[in-house]
Amino acid sequence: MDRLLLWFADLVVYKLFNITEGTRLGESLDFFIYDSVKIIILLSVMIFAISVLRSFFPPEKAQQLLNGKRLFMGNFLASVLGVLSPFCSCSTVPIFIGFIESGIPLGVTFSFLITSPIVNEIALVMLFTLFGLKIAVLYLISGMIIGVVGGIIIGNLKLEREVEDYVYQIKMGEIHVEKLNWKQRLEFAWEAVHDIVNRIWIYVLIGIGIGAVIHGYAPAEVLSQYAGEDNPFAVFVAVVLGIPLYSNAVGVIPIIQALIGKGVGVGTALSFMMAVVALSLPEIIILRKVIKPKLVIIFVGIVGVSIIFTGYLFNIIL
Amino acid sequence: MFEIKILGTGCAKCVKLADYAKEAVVELGLQASLEKVTDPEEIMAYGVMQTPGLVINGMVKVSGRVPKVEEIKEFLQNVE
Repeated sequence: MDRLLLWFADLVVYKLFNITEGTRLGESLDFFIYDSVKIIILLSVMIFAISVLRSFFPPEKAQQLLNGKRLFMGNFLASVLGVLSPFCSCSTVPIFIGFIESGIPLGVTFSFLITSPIVNEIALVMLFTLFGLKIAVLYLISGMIIGVVGGIIIGNLKLEREVEDYVYQIKMGEIHVEKLNWKQRLEFAWEAVHDIVNRIWIYVLIGIGIGAVIHGYAPAEVLSQYAGEDNPFAVFVAVVLGIPLYSNAVGVIPIIQALIGKGVGVGTALSFMMAVVALSLPEIIILRKVIKPKLVIIFVGIVGVSIIFTGYLFNIIL
Repeated sequence: MFEIKILGTGCAKCVKLADYAKEAVVELGLQASLEKVTDPEEIMAYGVMQTPGLVINGMVKVSGRVPKVEEIKEFLQNVE
């Protein structure tokens, strides 16, 4: 399929637009068409597959499975379920309350709540498409480790009192787990593809567009000097920059890819993306509804430090 | 008379579900009240952790997804 796409991009740029091969404009445009078609196709196919898989693991099921699990095993399982369970950030509050109410320890709950957004399926697909399997797997595993470790630390700090008091007073009704048939699962997956592609395609195109410009024009020496593996502040700056951006920033991934081609560290890129998906401002505001400011700060601190650490680690080992 | 409740803290999917529910009610020519429940306490009381949720006459029909208008019609026709 890769060769077909390359052929298609070449055809459009060099034959249809009649641009001379080897020019900067030609190269940028070729890159843009090839990347956008490839990403949109792969994103659709893979989100469909992931959504079908995820329809088997609703958070209600995660809650039942986690009940009675203690330290470490509980955190690990919570992290695995965090990857598998689909929920949008608007469900964070009910899920948090549901977990706490059913007696799941705070630390285990946080392992779930950290991993679920950090291992973002869109980001996973984009990384796989643009950087290959190795980086995508590293992203997945490090996201899970951050979830486990973060949850264990929060669990050990005994912060139960930093949860808003009303959370403990809520009485939850009998848990409702819907039994879906295959038709409903496929519909759910199709809706997810439709929903996500609709929401992000424009950002992906803009991102690839900027990436294409960088690919064709940006001087590699300057970039690697400022954001290369040798700059000790690159990861830190990337994480801080990532926090105010929200999930639309998946469009940033193609930019990052182009930057890496110009010498920016892989770890820097990965930590930037994790910060974008896990430490977004809207997410923090939502969490504030169920936990007190002190725990919010601890949460941001632990996740932030873990992400920065992961960034440096990858810059060193890759 | 049907009593329909949309459980959700106000995300885009909840609005969509409310629209679909309205459409289903109109298409079937039913009498129904539609209420949006945004209070987490009340949402939790239904045992729903994933929004949006659809409740018809006190029974949770859907949680965590937006069913098609046709599916909501079936729920409404099978009540009682």
